[in-house]
Amino acid sequence: MALKTEHMILNMGPQHPSTHGVLRLELELEGELIKNVTPHIGYLHRCFEKHAEAMTYPQVIPYTDRMDYLASMYNNFGYVVTVEKLLGIEVPERVQYIRVIMGELQRIASHMVALGTYGLDLGAFTPFLYLFRDREKILSLFEMTCGARLLYNYMWVGGLSHDIHPDFIRLTKEFVNYYRPNIKELNDLLTYNKIFIERTANIGVLPLETAINYGVTGPNLRGSGLKFDLRKDDPYSIYDRFDFDIPVGQGLMGTVGDCWDRYYVRVQEMEQSLRIIEQAIDQIPEGDVQAAIPKRIKPPKGTVYGRVENPRGELGYFIISDGSTNPFRVKVRAPSFVNLSVLSELCKGHLVSDVVAILGSIDIVLGEVDR
Amino acid sequence: MKTPEEIYELLKKEFGEAILTLDKALPVEPIVLVDPLQIHKVALFLRDNEELKFDSLMCLSGVDDANGERVKDEDGTESIKGGTLSVYYHLYSIPLKHKITLKVSTSRENPEVESVESVWKTADWHEREAFDLIGIRFLHHPDLRRILMPYDWEAGHPLRKDYKNPEFYQGMKVPY
Repeated sequence: MALKTEHMILNMGPQHPSTHGVLRLELELEGELIKNVTPHIGYLHRCFEKHAEAMTYPQVIPYTDRMDYLASMYNNFGYVVTVEKLLGIEVPERVQYIRVIMGELQRIASHMVALGTYGLDLGAFTPFLYLFRDREKILSLFEMTCGARLLYNYMWVGGLSHDIHPDFIRLTKEFVNYYRPNIKELNDLLTYNKIFIERTANIGVLPLETAINYGVTGPNLRGSGLKFDLRKDDPYSIYDRFDFDIPVGQGLMGTVGDCWDRYYVRVQEMEQSLRIIEQAIDQIPEGDVQAAIPKRIKPPKGTVYGRVENPRGELGYFIISDGSTNPFRVKVRAPSFVNLSVLSELCKGHLVSDVVAILGSIDIVLGEVDR
Repeated sequence: MKTPEEIYELLKKEFGEAILTLDKALPVEPIVLVDPLQIHKVALFLRDNEELKFDSLMCLSGVDDANGERVKDEDGTESIKGGTLSVYYHLYSIPLKHKITLKVSTSRENPEVESVESVWKTADWHEREAFDLIGIRFLHHPDLRRILMPYDWEAGHPLRKDYKNPEFYQGMKVPY
């Protein structure tokens, strides 16, 4: 006679070291196997969208910083690109180049946190320290440029808040040369570590069709093997001028679309970002970064949806203008929010300890999930 | 790759009455207006048609159009009567690289829209968010609960233009 068993409900979070913020997961278990995962979000909900309705267009920018606080530059970038589309203004070449350089530096910094904390989740402490040591150098470059290390309010509609520091180009070149060999060091420390591979290969496999249907974007989608990057496929700013590759998951250690693939796509993307920075730094023209900033921002009536390739995926802003100085409605399509919704699909059938590995591989920032 | 006009013509031929108009007056994006109770089958057609292949729903946004009449109660609180709430769907086709924006409008008093959750799974959380913050009910959604606000939030839907913060929530003072 078969034993009668019951499912057990286990609560993980909202205060848990490996949920990367205040996220509560309700796990339904059969023994040690996951039957279902229900994420409960909203612990950081500040209703950014309601705030934005009470602000003028430039006043919204500091709020965008605080959504994905590991990639603030890129949140600024997405917002100003969208508002510029609505206004129909062109920005100077120098501004475009500086934005791309800052954006790519931010992508590297953001991936450093993602990879470092991922190792930390799985018990590798050292890579985390190495990555944070190098991230400091990027933050110092940002600090030198605009005075802030995390929340920048740097990109403005039509321009930038400051021009770059005279030493910036030299120091960024130094950083690129300094950091390139460190990616190899990271590979030796973590990527090809046997324990790390055992914990991540063949775990949380995300089939491509599921990924598209769930709207998963960014490194998570590319980890499933699709060569899709908005910088190439729906180019904005001046990304069509640079030569770079789009890394995709190939199932080197297991199946295409497993945790290791998603992790390794991020490692390779850092390398590609360094390439973009190198090219941009060589081509950067002279100019006034504040020349095109409109005195008064009052877009015509209409709607606009703009999207950019954030370190975590497609960051979209949907803005409705009623012709006044304040946006009528701002909706943010946050990549973390969408990527998190696929979690329960990924976890089914795995062990409890794998939830940590899967969640870390999706790389969410709760500030952006809850907005 | 198809232009919004061509997509509109295709839809009009297939669905007739359910497709209302193509709004081109606004700058940047032309918008196809669809009947809220027939959006599900239109969405299914958009996804599965060989010439369209809209396999990705980029964004789904609920909007309070605030186009009704503003009335004041005796204690001075303002609210909006009549008018519409809308949902915008931004679609993209990864293989064919074209985009389209759909819009449905529903009445403020009884806001009901067909869910597209079974067409694009990503709509699940987006629709829950629109329900939570705007108060649009999505018919045939499998799990329409609040998502960002607390489950026991009783003061309504915060992104409505006439939303008022409550004084207290569970005995805690709300305005800070």
